[in-house]
Amino acid sequence: MATVVIPALLRKFTDGKDRVTANGRNFGQLVDDLERQFPGLREQLIEDGDVKPSIAVSIDGDMGTGGVLEPVRESSEVFILPAIGGG
Amino acid sequence: MAASTNGHDYKVIGTRPIRHDGVDKVTGRAKYGADYSFPGMLFGKVLRSPHAHALIKSIKVDKARALPGVKAVVTSADLPELADKMEAAGEQAINLAHLSANILARGKALYDGHAIAAVAATSSHIAEEALRLIEVEYELLPPVMSVEDAMKPGAPVLLPTLRNKEDGPDKETNVAAHMQFKRGDVAEGFKAADFVVEREFKTAMVHQGYIEPHNAVGIYSADGHATIYCSTQGTFVVRSLCSAVLGIAEGKIKVVPAEIGGGFGGKTTVYLEPLSVLLSKITGHPVKLVMTRGEVLRATGPTSGSTIRCKMGATKDGKLVAAQCWLAYEAGAYPGSPVGAGAMTIVTPYNIPNILIDAYDVVVNRPKTAAYRAPGATNAAMASETVVDELAEKCGIDPLEFRLKNASAEGTPQTVGPPFKRIGFVETVEAIKNSPHYKSKLTGPNRGRGVASGFWFNVGLQSSATVNIHTDGTVSVVTGSVDIGGTRAAQAMIAAEVLGADINDVRPIVADTDSIGHTDVTGGSRTAFATGWAVYDAAQDALRQLKERVAKTWEKKPEEVAFANGLFSPVSGNGVKPMTLKQLAPRLARTGGPIVGRATVNARGVGPAFATTLVDVEVDPDTGKVKILRVTVAQDVGKAIHPAYVEGQMQGGTAQGIGWALNEEYFYDEKGVLRNTGLLDYRMPTCLDLPEMETIMVEVPTPGHPLGIRGVGEVPIVPPPAAVANAIYRATGVRMLELPMSPPRLMKAMLKKRAAGDSQAAAAD
Repeated sequence: MATVVIPALLRKFTDGKDRVTANGRNFGQLVDDLERQFPGLREQLIEDGDVKPSIAVSIDGDMGTGGVLEPVRESSEVFILPAIGGG
Repeated sequence: MAASTNGHDYKVIGTRPIRHDGVDKVTGRAKYGADYSFPGMLFGKVLRSPHAHALIKSIKVDKARALPGVKAVVTSADLPELADKMEAAGEQAINLAHLSANILARGKALYDGHAIAAVAATSSHIAEEALRLIEVEYELLPPVMSVEDAMKPGAPVLLPTLRNKEDGPDKETNVAAHMQFKRGDVAEGFKAADFVVEREFKTAMVHQGYIEPHNAVGIYSADGHATIYCSTQGTFVVRSLCSAVLGIAEGKIKVVPAEIGGGFGGKTTVYLEPLSVLLSKITGHPVKLVMTRGEVLRATGPTSGSTIRCKMGATKDGKLVAAQCWLAYEAGAYPGSPVGAGAMTIVTPYNIPNILIDAYDVVVNRPKTAAYRAPGATNAAMASETVVDELAEKCGIDPLEFRLKNASAEGTPQTVGPPFKRIGFVETVEAIKNSPHYKSKLTGPNRGRGVASGFWFNVGLQSSATVNIHTDGTVSVVTGSVDIGGTRAAQAMIAAEVLGADINDVRPIVADTDSIGHTDVTGGSRTAFATGWAVYDAAQDALRQLKERVAKTWEKKPEEVAFANGLFSPVSGNGVKPMTLKQLAPRLARTGGPIVGRATVNARGVGPAFATTLVDVEVDPDTGKVKILRVTVAQDVGKAIHPAYVEGQMQGGTAQGIGWALNEEYFYDEKGVLRNTGLLDYRMPTCLDLPEMETIMVEVPTPGHPLGIRGVGEVPIVPPPAAVANAIYRATGVRMLELPMSPPRLMKAMLKKRAAGDSQAAAAD
């Protein structure tokens, strides 16, 4: 199961846990499993079927580019963070 | 000066050829947005609010419309009303209702300079006259100019529909968002600290200060297609945003990039572009709009002023054990300050086990902020790097040694969590430590030396490139990346390196949105990294095809053809004469036809950037004026494709950082009206204010990138304000906690210190 690091302000959905595990071959499936475990979390992350534009997903140290289709491995470490813009 | 760890033997990369666009630029032939003219073209002007905060009760345009020569007058009523929600538009997450209302105010004027109406006329003078005939009835509201005032209970609310998650759906607020980053236990961390420093900082709203004002020419054709010529950092983002604001399909809009006279992040959104199309659609004529300097300063996106509280603790042997930060950034009239990035960069150069960072995005009656070179990071570093300097002093440790003791390196978790891959922060600190500047002695009264470091993420995003092999063996490289800092030359050099071509035989082209695949903005220090990657892959694609043609000519298999030093030769055996690209190119028609290499990337594996800056200053004890004596910046640049342009980025970023440190500031009066709307009063540094800036390029390649490229454009702006503040401290004994450290502000602080010293002396007497 992949490890998902939960942002500080979303830990109210995970009983205060900063790291949880979830199943899924891609980020969308991971969120589906998170929602089963921690109801309400999906709404914070997904909108109109894809990752919210204000959110970025880092998987194994790389910023994902595939949204809900971003592949996840069993051993993956997944971070959810605010999207970054540049100048 | 460069310290390379790359170890590649490049022929073109790392050299310093003259830029391909240089001759046109120095002879005045290069075409900027305001240079475009078309038959029958009209001239547009924008009416702007003279009030910082007001309800718009009515707008009467009849008299303006009746003025001879006026062809159209538009207000927000002429734009579609858009959903009040965050949406992806290009690579940005943006609230389209806010974007639209920033282009033409809807119901409320939210800052001095907010666009109210636009006019198209047969001359710019008639258009200006028409603006004076537009009658706007305002109901004035109290202006809210600072984050402190905006966050107070009962503060006047700017956006009645704005809500945040914490306060819930029923509570009006000016706080658009709260972010928090947490690791470990800060309370326990501070208990373990021998020294704790806590300070509150303020930084002023500043503008990017690009010399070329915004401009746009819009041409709406009878077939429903629109063409926009404009000065932008991203043609595709202009297309996306104009499509959304105007309700025209993206495929019906073509954006042609003009040359750009600076952007620094400020030209990654739209202001005039949709208006030029709207006015063109109504009139049937091309319409050109060009901002004045005053409009640029009043009504385009500067970066946030901020209030930052920073508390850090260290053990007496100099190990950082805890950091707690509170950041509130001015978003301007609509949400979207870079406070998230500020929070995610503020202590990231250091490996600190316990952190707690809270960040607030706050709307105020100032122009909607836009990106500015490493958005949010410079404000944040001013706070953290000053506190780090003070902690180093308390520990009795050299500030560079203190940084080395705590430096993030490969494997260190970032503030946001993921561990760093290979980075070059330590190398930048060591480069400064070993620099002639640091080893030199600074002598003389009122002089001080300061150091600071900075971090920036850099981004990847999408890029496309094609590489065309012409029949004479020359090559054209087509990308969609607007060239701000010499990236055209870098793209040509990458193709030349792969193809073994002379750099003067490679022509780089920046194409319009109909002529190249999707390419995100030139911003986020991504262009050499991501577009360079696309060019590298496209050139490799062309090379693969060229090898096939050589193989066909020699009746061999492609894998039996080797390519090195610009020469195609057989892998083994002989009997054939090696050939060059120039010899092969005329034969393309007989071996299968034209060759076009193509590639697209959605770039991953972005290498973050670090810089460390060393500054010597002299402070005039009678006026508080700071003179910059010497500056050296060391930066991890991955692999410098064109070292002169990398050095230019390092120097440019440093110059802007020094301007931010010492002089630049938006001055609003008590009514919220901007008082310094020209460059005489908005004081950016000139060449007379700055010495030659020394650069040290540290090359730690980005893992995974075929050339090891790391974005270089943004991070050099991050350390200078803190480095200057730390230098001022050593010159005067005064810790400056507010930007800019302008003469009156520094003089006041020095007088306060002198008065305290006098009273202590008097008490001792």
